[in-house]
Amino acid sequence: MTLWWIGDVLLFVAVIPIALYLLNGVLKAAKSIVPSVNQIAEATGAGSKELDAVPLLLTTQDQVRQTVAGVAGYGGSLDVIVDDAEVAS
Amino acid sequence: MSGPAVVMIVAVALIVLALVYYLVSVIFQLRKITAGLDVVIGNVVDILEKTAPVNDVVNDINGQLDAGVDLLEGLLVKKAGMIDSMGLIEGLYPGAAAAGLRNFPESGEIDAPRIGEVYTKGTLTLARLGREAPIAAANPAGPVLRAVEYGSSAARALYPEIRQERPEVMPRSPVIGTDSPEQYEQREDIGKPRKRLPTGPGASGSNSGS
Repeated sequence: MTLWWIGDVLLFVAVIPIALYLLNGVLKAAKSIVPSVNQIAEATGAGSKELDAVPLLLTTQDQVRQTVAGVAGYGGSLDVIVDDAEVAS
Repeated sequence: MSGPAVVMIVAVALIVLALVYYLVSVIFQLRKITAGLDVVIGNVVDILEKTAPVNDVVNDINGQLDAGVDLLEGLLVKKAGMIDSMGLIEGLYPGAAAAGLRNFPESGEIDAPRIGEVYTKGTLTLARLGREAPIAAANPAGPVLRAVEYGSSAARALYPEIRQERPEVMPRSPVIGTDSPEQYEQREDIGKPRKRLPTGPGASGSNSGS
């Protein structure tokens, strides 16, 4: 009979508080993750919107090609019509 | 059943209830987390899709710009020489000559000469091109030779006087049309049947075949 009472006391004094403490900690940790995930979702959504201008890089690429081609043509023409510098002897 | 056994059963029941409450709460939180992560994954995939071609495009742009820089630097050094090139760069962008040219590492060590607004070699080149560049036609201390707004007239003023007056003394182009100031007499036989057919050895047509 005494052992039963000792077991009951242990249950109420040690097992139940420890179990509640641990379970509460797990629940708090799980709850704390939710806002972080929501913030990450918002950040990635905003980042995705910021990248909407990325396709314009194709236009930039095309314009750079045209510009460099124009520069090459201009430089080639200058190379033909302008004499080279005299080599210092 | 004894009293301690009942107390034990109650304690175990309390523990089970607590487990159920907390574990169900954790399950709900984990579901929220899963839903949030699904949104994150969707956005990340969207970002990956949008940024997939960036690497190639940027590399291509950099390659094109590198080629342009190589071309311009090489052309400048080829035409003006290394020393004058650095002087020209220093004249356009003060302090830039110290950085040197990318493809010519030794250019950063050159003491860039001071080159004025008029580069003699360029002027001589224009003269060699037959453009009659106004060498020494104007005072360097005077106004600029080419005004932006009146570029054509300013340049024309540099040439000999005859070039400016010639268009004014030349006769005007004739005015043609029904309302022209000078009407010429029209022949009445134009557009009518010929009065006399062409004959003789020089005539062409049916006579040539017989």
